[in-house]
Amino acid sequence: MTAAPDTGIDAEGPRTLFDRIWERHVVVPETADTPAVLYVDLHLVHEVTSPQAFDVLRERGLQVRRPERCLATVDHSVPTSPASWRMRLADMDVAARNQIRKLDMNCGRAGIRLLGVNSSRRGIVHVIGPEQGATLPGMTVVCGDSHTTTHGAFGALAFGIGTTEVGHVLATQCLLQRRPRTLAVELRGQLPEGVTAKDAVLALIGHIGVGGGTGHVIEFRGDAVRAMSMDARMTLCNMAIEAGARAGMVAPDDATFEYLAGRPLAPEGQAWERAVSQWRTLASDPGARFDGEISIDVSDLAPQVTWGTDPGMVAPVTGRIPAAASTRALEYMGFAAGEPLEGKPVQMVFVGSCTNSRLSDLRQAAAVLTGRRVARGVRMLVVPGSQETKRRAEAEGLDRVFIEAGAEWHESGCSLCIAMNGDRAAPGQTVVSTSNRNFEGRQGTGARTLLASPLTAAASAVAGMVADPRPFLDERRRIA
Amino acid sequence: MEAIKVIRSRTVILPDTNVDTDQIIPARFLTTTSRHGLGAHLFTDRRFDAEGRPRPEFVLNTPEAADCRVLVAGHNFGCGSSREHAPWALMDYGIEAVISTGIADIFRTNALRNGLVAVVVDEAAHRSLTDAPGAEVAIDLHSCTVTLPDGATTEFEIEPFARYCLLEGMDPLGYLLSKDAEIRRYEEETAWTP
Repeated sequence: MTAAPDTGIDAEGPRTLFDRIWERHVVVPETADTPAVLYVDLHLVHEVTSPQAFDVLRERGLQVRRPERCLATVDHSVPTSPASWRMRLADMDVAARNQIRKLDMNCGRAGIRLLGVNSSRRGIVHVIGPEQGATLPGMTVVCGDSHTTTHGAFGALAFGIGTTEVGHVLATQCLLQRRPRTLAVELRGQLPEGVTAKDAVLALIGHIGVGGGTGHVIEFRGDAVRAMSMDARMTLCNMAIEAGARAGMVAPDDATFEYLAGRPLAPEGQAWERAVSQWRTLASDPGARFDGEISIDVSDLAPQVTWGTDPGMVAPVTGRIPAAASTRALEYMGFAAGEPLEGKPVQMVFVGSCTNSRLSDLRQAAAVLTGRRVARGVRMLVVPGSQETKRRAEAEGLDRVFIEAGAEWHESGCSLCIAMNGDRAAPGQTVVSTSNRNFEGRQGTGARTLLASPLTAAASAVAGMVADPRPFLDERRRIA
Repeated sequence: MEAIKVIRSRTVILPDTNVDTDQIIPARFLTTTSRHGLGAHLFTDRRFDAEGRPRPEFVLNTPEAADCRVLVAGHNFGCGSSREHAPWALMDYGIEAVISTGIADIFRTNALRNGLVAVVVDEAAHRSLTDAPGAEVAIDLHSCTVTLPDGATTEFEIEPFARYCLLEGMDPLGYLLSKDAEIRRYEEETAWTP
């Protein structure tokens, strides 16, 4: 759908968070014939979607316009296996290694800050942006990666772009954009014990469908969102793309500022004070109009698990596969309509990805695993989102919990979420995964993915089958 | 980029809804640093079995699909990953246009930026296309119409600037670069907002 030409919003009228950020970044306004030229504050770059873009600049004799507004890292194809990591790097697929080398060369030439393979601050691009304090409220953030929506958790307008547009941003620091529509998603009530942001967003996608957000920027609001940690808000916004939305965002508040204070790339001193007072204005006005509004009560929500081959094919863990389930999806998954999800045998469990690999995700998985064992016949990978997250988890002893439970504790990277670094599931294997996509072949040709929260993933690892995490938590409380 | 005015071809139909870019080109082929040669891997896990033999039931492997350059796809085609390798793979394979009732945002932008004509038609028009696989259609970018198998025409939606670029063979980067003065002014007037 082509958006209507920018008629200019009444400056006096109530505005949305999105309106505020959009308007501040318009370099050339949109007309019927031409999209807006939109300025990009932060451009995140990784090895897989950038080499062809740098080539275009070279072919055309163009420079990177604002290298200081770019931040690069390696995540998609880096090995994550623990002990032999350096060896694995040497053993890497030639093409993948070449890609990493190219990023190194391209960033070096352009003067772009690269948190490369040897950096202690590298990690998944959508984990390190916030972790380093590069992602800040009010920014426009883009990356050649669809899960760039994650950064919207900070009240930024953040979205994924293709490689051609990566080239546009490198060369001009701008993008050609039609103004998207807006969708307010209110999450009302309080998430019950054992139910997380991941469950809420899976339920939302189940409700509106994987194309339900197409053409829209979602603003997540409501008391359940306000109560969420920044890690949880990132999980929520991360999955906005799985509803087809351009972006997901949450208005910044004290939790946002608390998270960012003291981060390496965040402003300091007086600049910090000035920034926070400016950031406090980043909210939708009462009465601001959205193109669509949805409200969901999460008070009675159960943990969610996908049963099919897109994230909208989802049901409560205690539920059954719907009678009207897609035949093609069921055939791929080896499931039948009407079957219960609980009790489905599991061969692999993955805790990681830009959706659920942050410290609080690891803590949740560890809480379930403490004093328990991963079931025989189940391989569990725990892959922290960044080297910094890994260190912090280790400082808390979470690595010991995972290792003692029989899980593998890895170096950071995208790993089994996209299965292009050597971590993959075998054909026919069922994986309970905290990642974001259960597409056919996503975790390996013929591999079957069930998306779930870190709690559900850990509970399923212990049970050796799809399991409701809530009894595990109740039991813990009784012991305490 | 070459100017495109009309695409005439027989159609190949892939009616599945929500075909994601992981299906179009699986991640294991994304280690390339080139835009070329990805057609060999287009829909690879659907086109070929584990031994690399073509699956005869997959539509692109049918004899009727040979030389078809217009893909009629199900709703929400190209959802998921932003990988531009998806339109690159389709084009390298020989597909010149995709018609659907809904195309995912990032895929659609990526397609149009590369000269893969991605257009959205209404359900009735889509049905007449899916009901007549292999029929000859004409996609006219000038009039924004598709000539359907029964000879009727239907209008399609396309972002006007992307259409202009396709018709003129113009690269949008050139347009962005022409706004250098405006970008410079914006940068001067806007303090580096942390």
